[in-house]
Amino acid sequence: MTNLTREETEALIAEVLEIYPEKAKKDRAKHLTVNDQSVEQSKKCITSNRKSLPGVMTVRGCAYAGSKGVVWGPIKDMIHISHGPVGCGQYSRAGRRNYYVGTTGINTFGTMNFTSDFQEKDIVFGGDKKLSKIMTEIESLFPLAKGISVQSECPIGLIGDDIEAVSKKASKELNKPVVPVRCEGFRGVSQSLGHHIANDAIRDWVLDKRDGDNSFVTTPYDVSIIGDYNIGGDAWSSRTLLEEMGLRVVSQWSGDGTLAEMELTPKVKLNLLHCYRSMNYISRHMEEKYGIPWVEYNFFGPTKIAESLRKIAGYFDDTIKAGAERVIERYKAQYDAVIAKYRPRLEGKRVMLYVGGLRPRHVIGAYEDLGMEVVGTGYEFAHNDDYDRTIKDMGNATLIYDDVTGYEFEEFVKKIKPDLIGSGIKEKYIFQKMGIPFRQMHSWDYSGPYHGYDGFAIFARDMDMTLNNPCWGKMKAPWIKDEAAPAVAAAA
Amino acid sequence: MPNVMIRRKPDGNLQFYVAKQDMEETVATVEKDTAEEWGGTVELTDGSKWYIDPISPPPVFPTTLRFKRG
Repeated sequence: MTNLTREETEALIAEVLEIYPEKAKKDRAKHLTVNDQSVEQSKKCITSNRKSLPGVMTVRGCAYAGSKGVVWGPIKDMIHISHGPVGCGQYSRAGRRNYYVGTTGINTFGTMNFTSDFQEKDIVFGGDKKLSKIMTEIESLFPLAKGISVQSECPIGLIGDDIEAVSKKASKELNKPVVPVRCEGFRGVSQSLGHHIANDAIRDWVLDKRDGDNSFVTTPYDVSIIGDYNIGGDAWSSRTLLEEMGLRVVSQWSGDGTLAEMELTPKVKLNLLHCYRSMNYISRHMEEKYGIPWVEYNFFGPTKIAESLRKIAGYFDDTIKAGAERVIERYKAQYDAVIAKYRPRLEGKRVMLYVGGLRPRHVIGAYEDLGMEVVGTGYEFAHNDDYDRTIKDMGNATLIYDDVTGYEFEEFVKKIKPDLIGSGIKEKYIFQKMGIPFRQMHSWDYSGPYHGYDGFAIFARDMDMTLNNPCWGKMKAPWIKDEAAPAVAAAA
Repeated sequence: MPNVMIRRKPDGNLQFYVAKQDMEETVATVEKDTAEEWGGTVELTDGSKWYIDPISPPPVFPTTLRFKRG
């Protein structure tokens, strides 16, 4: 199917909205738009970061998911207590594939689940005593943990426990940082507020710990990777590029990150911000308090990598600028070979995306490097500043959807008929059963890394593997010949 | 009266950021922008106007200031 014109896309949106009651239709219409690159501000064409409608299928998470799952969870040498009932922690345990180095259960705790396992009596009488008991237990069982964070689940806010007081007391007793995070799931409209709360907790409880301590030897080339969660090793393949160009990566936030790295971040010269949505708050804080500039970058696909490396180098002297060119030159043969191999197999294929954070706009470049085209994109929990950045990256007359509902997404796919869909596990099997190739773009479908030049090779291979898989030609049962055949048989 | 973070963009222009509204706009003109004071009516590239009592001496950017709708 050829690409839709602006009018056709508008008609498609109107057609899909037709099924809703009047009020819901009015609300949902604001979240769907046809991209127009001439629009300067996204608030003129799309509404975002609003409460999902009751009754529709949304794929959003909660504030706890944003804080424990995304921002705090990957910090490997701290123990993150899921404070509340057991389920929130258990069902999200190790789901995000944040890789790390270390011995789990000894000095790193990334894939483990720590919970206060609330029971009825804790709700009735309060869970503060239990929490302080847990902290003592943690200290005796895991003495190498560098700190503890308390990630509140919904009941904590509802019953009004004072986790701050418990944390302060425990922090004194254990002589370790204990960070209370008020990320109860009911706060806000999506996981986005959880990111913000987690950022604020880092600001208040972690970041200023080494102010006035100059024992850390700095260099003029110190940078910090912010907002890379090391999904499948992403932060590592980014880090090698930065180190090769002559920069010193002091800290990784928060994939494969440690508490000490976070405390040292105010000493760096430049913050490199990958996931703008989840970590812009802390970058802006560091800019204001410590005068550290921040720069957004994109390590998906060689075009964007080269662009980003040059942009980052622009903040440093000529040795780094030369380093950036050297890195681009060094990997040129490698990524040219990848493009030469996969581009002919993927050329002209059309992709629809629906993910969160940074990927709905960041991966567009990588698809374009492979000759593919992104015809629809959308965020689960973006704000308007994300859409401001997306409008320029997407083609004209393509579809943009905010917090798309299950029904709308399916209908869009039926009409647009993309060759590939990139979204999450909840969407995966619906679309595979519809016969459309699908990649999970949250967990890289258990593959990765996708960042950096090394990641691009894996990205290209995975897309080819999915799109050109022979199974897509075998969707029809072998005894069903075609439409006409049974009719003929019946007539005979 | 929103809290506004004013920062200098890499291209040298001032950026007007309102966190609560996710608004990132470029400052077009500032009424009083001298060595002694900074402030007055601030006009943004989208045409909206904001007001702050002139600050003396001029603030060092990035910084957070409270603006009124002008």
